[in-house]
Amino acid sequence: MSRPTLHRLLHLPSSLRTFSVLSRPTPNYPSHVPLTPLERASLAITSAFGSLLNPHRHDLIAALGEATASPYFISRLHRAMLANPTGRRILRERPRITSKTMRLEELREYPENSVGRAYAEWLDREGVTPDTRDGVRYIDNEEEAYVMQRYRETHDFTHAITGLPVIIEGELAVKAFEFANTLLPMTALSLVAFVRLKKAERARFWSVYLPWAVRNGLKAEEVVNVYWEEELGTDVGVLRGRLGIEVPPDLRGIRKREREERKRERGVREAEGRAAERNGEATG
Amino acid sequence: MASLSLRTSRHLATSTRTTAPWICQSCCQSRTFASSVSRNQQPPPPPSHQDPTQPPLPGTRQDDAPTHFGFSTIPSTLKASRVANVFSSVASSYDTMNDLMSLGIHRLWKDHFVRCLNPGIRPTGPAGLRSESTKEEGQRILDIAGGTGDIAQRMLDHATTVNKDMKTHVTISDINPEMLAEGRKRFAGSDYQLAGRVDFLEANAENLSTIPSNSIDLYTVAFGIRNFTHKDQALREAFRVLKPGGVFACLEFTPHLSNSVLDGLYKRWSFGAIPLIGQVVAGDRDSYQYLVESIERFPGQGEFRDMIKEAGFLVPGQEGGEGEKGGWEDLSLGIAAVHKGVKPV
Repeated sequence: MSRPTLHRLLHLPSSLRTFSVLSRPTPNYPSHVPLTPLERASLAITSAFGSLLNPHRHDLIAALGEATASPYFISRLHRAMLANPTGRRILRERPRITSKTMRLEELREYPENSVGRAYAEWLDREGVTPDTRDGVRYIDNEEEAYVMQRYRETHDFTHAITGLPVIIEGELAVKAFEFANTLLPMTALSLVAFVRLKKAERARFWSVYLPWAVRNGLKAEEVVNVYWEEELGTDVGVLRGRLGIEVPPDLRGIRKREREERKRERGVREAEGRAAERNGEATG
Repeated sequence: MASLSLRTSRHLATSTRTTAPWICQSCCQSRTFASSVSRNQQPPPPPSHQDPTQPPLPGTRQDDAPTHFGFSTIPSTLKASRVANVFSSVASSYDTMNDLMSLGIHRLWKDHFVRCLNPGIRPTGPAGLRSESTKEEGQRILDIAGGTGDIAQRMLDHATTVNKDMKTHVTISDINPEMLAEGRKRFAGSDYQLAGRVDFLEANAENLSTIPSNSIDLYTVAFGIRNFTHKDQALREAFRVLKPGGVFACLEFTPHLSNSVLDGLYKRWSFGAIPLIGQVVAGDRDSYQYLVESIERFPGQGEFRDMIKEAGFLVPGQEGGEGEKGGWEDLSLGIAAVHKGVKPV
C-alpha cells in the first residue's frame, strides 16, 4: 500500500474506523460506551422490539434513539443548532432540565397563558414530573450527545405547547411532529406503535393528528433551538406563532366526549331493551 | 458495618462417606460444548489512589491494598458494597439472564456439578445396620453465594430422588438479601421447606462466625467466589467450617479458554453480547459489564487450585498437570471449571 493511501486510511473519521469489543477506545464523556457497528445494529433491533413489546421501557426507547441517530441524523440536528444563534447559545451554555432546574411550585405561579404556566399545568394534568431522563451513552461525539440529551429533556415542552396528552395517541402525534421537525429515526420508528391503537383511535390519528403533525413539523422552526428556560414567561400563543405551530384538536376533550356519547347510547339501548321486554311480557 | 454483599458460598459436606466420592471417574467426563464466550476489554487503568473509609471486617487483614472491581481498581473496603449493588440490581432477572447469557448451558453445568458431588447418603443394608452407620441428622450442606437457590434445589432433589436420603439439609447462604429473597421465593411452600431441610443465612463468606467449626459435610460455591473481596479468607473459612474429610467444591468461570481461536470468539460474545442482553432484558448494562470483567480478573485454574491447597485442602493432581491431572475439571472447553478439595482427616 502506498504511503498516501496508508496516510488517508489512518486518518479516516472515527465512525468509519472499526475497533473491537475487546479494545474499545476511551470514553469521550462519563458513561459513554463506544459501540461497534454490529453492536449498534443489534442494540437498535433488540431495543426496537423490546420497546414495542413493553412501552414502559423508556430506557429501550432512549437506546433505540441513540443507536439509530448516528451517523447522519444527530449530526444534521447538531448542524441545525449550530446554524441558529439561539441554538449556538444553548450549545455553549448547556442548560439541563430536571426537577431541580424546573421547579413546579414556581412555574405554577407564572402568568396565565405563559409557557411556564402551560408546562406546569400540563405536567399536573398528565400526572408527570420533569424527572431526570436517561443519560445519553451511545453517541460518540460529546456535543452530539448533549444535543440528544437536550432533545430528550425538551420533549415534554413540545407536549405542553401543543396540549397533547401522554396517552399513546398523544405520544404518537408528538412523535410524528418530532420526526417531521428533527428527522431523528427513532421518532419515525415509534410510529410502529400505531398497531397498538384501537380502530377509532387509528382513524382519528390518520385523519386528524398525522396530517397536523406532518404539516406543522415541516413548516415550524426547529424546536430544538428554543431556549425554553428563557421562554417561560412568553405567551404561549406568541411562541407558537413565532415557531409556526397550530394547536391540534384537544385530544382528551374529544375522547371524553366520545366516552360520554357511548355511555349515553348504551343507556338508550338498555332502556329500549327493557321496554321491549316489558312489551313482550305484556303480550306474550 | 453491615455485611457486604458477596455471593453466598455453598458448603457441601460429604465427610460421612468412607471413600472420597468427589473424584467420580465415571460421570465427570468433561462435556465439551462450544459456547465460546469471550471476555476481554481495554487494558485496566493504572491503580488509583485508594482511600479506605471504613474499618476492616474483624478477622481480615488490614485493607490498604486496592483491589479490582471488574477492570476498575477500588479500595478493598468498597468492593463488597459495589458487588452488593450489582447483585441487588440483577437479582430479579438473574435466572433469565443466566439462560440468555449461556444459552441455557449453565443448567447443564450445574446439573453436572451436583451429580458429580452426589450429595445424600444412599441407605444400604438392612434397617438395623443402617441406623447404626447413618448419622441422625443427615448430611449438612452449606451452599455459599447460593441466593437464588438453584444449586440447593438440585442438591436436595439429587439426595432425595437418587440416593433416597430424606435427611440431607442445605443451608443457603448469601451476603445479598435480594438474592436470598429470590431463594426464599423458590422454596416457599415446598416439601423441603416444610420438612425443615432448607434454611437461609445472610452472611459474608469471609466471616461465617455463626457456623460452628467442623460442622459441614459439603461446602459448595457456584459462580460466587469470583466476586469475593478476599478469596483466600473465604477459603480459610471454608476449611474451618468443614468437618475433617469434608469436601469443598467450587464451580466458576475461567478467565480464558485453552483454545485461542475459540477464546477469541468467546471473549467477543462476553464483551459484546452479554452487556447488550443485560441492557435489553434487565435494563442494566453496567452490572453485566462488571460480571464479564470480573470473570476476566479471576485467577486461572492452576492458580486457583494452588489457593485451595494453601488453605489446607488436599487436592490431587500433579504440579503442572492440566484438567483432571492438574486437580480440576474443565467444562465446555474450559468456559467453566469445577475445583474440589478435601479437608484432611
